[in-house]
Amino acid sequence: MSHHIVEVQNLTHTYPDGTAAVRGISFRIHHGESVAVVGANGAGKSTLLLHLNGYLTPQSGTVRIGDFPLTRETLRDIRRTVGMIFQDPDDQLFMPTVYEDVAFGPLNLGLPLEEVEQRVQKALMRVGVEHLRERPPYKLSGGEKRAVSIATVLAMSPDILVMDEPSSNLDPRARRTLIELLAGFQHTKIIATHDLDMVLDLCSRTIVIREGQIMADGPTTEIFQNDQLLEECHLEKPMRMQACPLCNRPSI
Amino acid sequence: MAKIDTAFIDLGYLDTLATGDSIIHRLDPRIKVLTAAVFVICVVSFDKYVIGAMLPFVLILSLLMGLGGIPAHFILKKLALVSPFAILLGMFNPFLDQQTLLYLGPLPVSGGWLSFLSILLRFCLTVGAMLILIATTGFSGVCMAMEKMGMPKIFAVQLLLLYRYIFVLMDEGQRMYRARALRSFQGRGTDMKTFGHLIGGLLLRTLDRGQRIHLAMLCRGFDGTIRTRRAPQFTIRNMLLFFLSCLILITIRRYDCSLLLGQLLTGFVK
Amino acid sequence: MHMADALLSPAVGGTLWAATAGTIAFCAKKVQRDLDDRKVPLMGVLGAFIFAAQMINFTIPATGSSGHLGGGMILAILLGPHAALLTIASVLTVQSLFFADGGLLALGCNIFNLGVFPCFIAYPLIYKPIAGDRKSPMRIAVGATLAGIVGLQLGALGVVFETVLSGISELPLHAFLAAMLPIHLAIGLVEGLVTTAVVSFVWKARPEILEFSATLRPLGNLSLTKVLTGFALAAAITGGVLSGLASSFPDGLEWAMAKTSGQEELEAPENGIHHLLADLQAKTAFLPDYSFGTNEHEPATQETTPPSWLTVDKGTTVSGLVGGGLTLILAIAIGFLFRNRRQIM
Repeated sequence: MSHHIVEVQNLTHTYPDGTAAVRGISFRIHHGESVAVVGANGAGKSTLLLHLNGYLTPQSGTVRIGDFPLTRETLRDIRRTVGMIFQDPDDQLFMPTVYEDVAFGPLNLGLPLEEVEQRVQKALMRVGVEHLRERPPYKLSGGEKRAVSIATVLAMSPDILVMDEPSSNLDPRARRTLIELLAGFQHTKIIATHDLDMVLDLCSRTIVIREGQIMADGPTTEIFQNDQLLEECHLEKPMRMQACPLCNRPSI
Repeated sequence: MAKIDTAFIDLGYLDTLATGDSIIHRLDPRIKVLTAAVFVICVVSFDKYVIGAMLPFVLILSLLMGLGGIPAHFILKKLALVSPFAILLGMFNPFLDQQTLLYLGPLPVSGGWLSFLSILLRFCLTVGAMLILIATTGFSGVCMAMEKMGMPKIFAVQLLLLYRYIFVLMDEGQRMYRARALRSFQGRGTDMKTFGHLIGGLLLRTLDRGQRIHLAMLCRGFDGTIRTRRAPQFTIRNMLLFFLSCLILITIRRYDCSLLLGQLLTGFVK
Repeated sequence: MHMADALLSPAVGGTLWAATAGTIAFCAKKVQRDLDDRKVPLMGVLGAFIFAAQMINFTIPATGSSGHLGGGMILAILLGPHAALLTIASVLTVQSLFFADGGLLALGCNIFNLGVFPCFIAYPLIYKPIAGDRKSPMRIAVGATLAGIVGLQLGALGVVFETVLSGISELPLHAFLAAMLPIHLAIGLVEGLVTTAVVSFVWKARPEILEFSATLRPLGNLSLTKVLTGFALAAAITGGVLSGLASSFPDGLEWAMAKTSGQEELEAPENGIHHLLADLQAKTAFLPDYSFGTNEHEPATQETTPPSWLTVDKGTTVSGLVGGGLTLILAIAIGFLFRNRRQIM
């Protein structure tokens, strides 16, 4: 059995217009790890994520998911293993009802209808939105949309969850609910985000990217205390690690 | 820009109505689509001077509206909004067709006026039927029904996707338009060049979105066909119901019920 | 510009429905065989885009009025004719269902007028040859403008012929043409200019999109003759069947035919449904078709037509009015009844 390792070696990607978005990135993520990928806008996070589910194939270097190197032949299996949650839920929820959206993946896997039904039910329960089953996606709130997008991915039973800005556009409570939900998942998680406070809650390890290269890779708390590194990469210490201006409580 | 807002609201409102629960809502969508088609064909197949014989169809719509819990004022408002086209094309009839066809007491009524009124009535009936269909069935119900009746699958998927993203893109278009309107202080209309940029920008965003949706589909095993939910079986009961409704429609198409009613009544008075 | 159910006869509406359904089936097959699954979501969002774009008005140069995008040509340029036709058809379907633009029966006409003409005539015969494969802004501009004009002129012609053939509206052909064509020449010109503005914006911002769509589908294997033969066949068959059907009912179609042929009434067939119904009518004696008289040609043809059709009967008029009024009142009463019930509940 695989250990759901995600291994990226010397990955590079240059877009047709000449922009080198990823320039020799290597890392290895083990089973059950929760890793944040942080960096400024345009640092290459999205391009990196697009390689993890095989939307882009490596121009040079390799991507290995579990036992498979990423190639045309293994694409189907890899997409099954890696569940991708997009930044804009409106891109991910394209079917007329929540039910059909969650069932989309399992149906494509060719599962028998009873199993599809079971999986949909289980996924919706897991994210706590089974009451939205028959609703059309455009009538949901931001938080509900996010929860349903996660359910669409869970219904595929992936081993690895890859998320692009999961907490963007959420109100504080919906964000908190999301963080609690994600914290409960046993999956290997890779989260690209600007929300460093969330990283503090969810990820023990952080990879910092700048201009397509890895600047740092290590324990989250260590990286967030490196002021110079954060400054260089257009990042800022999480709020919780900054001193409170009102009560002068020292930072954690 | 008022149009974008009302269109948006109407769309949402019809959608909300369609989630209602009534005898009409619970009918199989296929019955409703087919019956609506029979209804429209019955109405448009009337001779161009006919008015009275068409009125029982108003009765049917009124009944359906009542059973389906569709507020009449909404349908009437929609009818009033879109009627100018029918009026425009019909209003020449009174001038062009002046032969007297009947007398209302001493008042001669020309064929043109009759056919004009007939056009308006046809218009109200056909458009009303359509609105009631969608308000009691919902868009995906109608699509499902049409697909089961032989519409190509890819076209059905097309319709569903289009409907799904109308809400998203209208919102996006509205935001862009507002952003532009806020910066043009004189409230001057949009000239062609600005318009081109505005629409072009919206188009680029749309194309990007199309690409992202495709990616999202691929990530969940998309292979070119979209599998929609299976429709429930078309039962004997449904079949009978459909035949019954056809029978009713064709009967009132063939027999001028309002005239019969009138004859009965005037006969009674005499 | 949208055709409405109220102006259509069943024969004309049905014929165009059949032709359109055939075209959609053909295009669906074509798109499916293309095997480019990128197009599936792209068509959907572009359809939604047309909606959003139509909501934004612009000022027509040199006039005070404003217009909006039709979008047929833009779709054809971006998606190719087959996918574009499906997208236009889906836009029109949603418009007819939700915005009451047109109607169920008129949908066939509308898709034909606004979809088939731009996609299968204006795009391949005008835009493609002018804009060519090596695109330049100038050629795109000229091609899009001309194609926009031609597409809309043909669409307007479609509306005119469909209306006149249906015979519900009294507008004579030449007057209608004289009104519609110049208006649509102007609208088409504007549409062409807008299409140019949008396409050149995309061309400047992201040329690869147009390249991509140009290389996507070679137009070589689009057999125009096949399409047209298909149309002609579908139209002939359904037209034949429907007019056969229609002529067995004393209905609107006959008026149109009488108008064009100059004859008042075609002879009713002696057998089939009509005969059966006429028989039934004679027996039950109360199936009066509406009793309106026509004064001119009456005597000559009276014998061959159902007598009740041509007589003016005061009594019937009165009962018609009474009955009609009552039916209406009943309809309104039902409306109120349900409304009150809802309020109570």
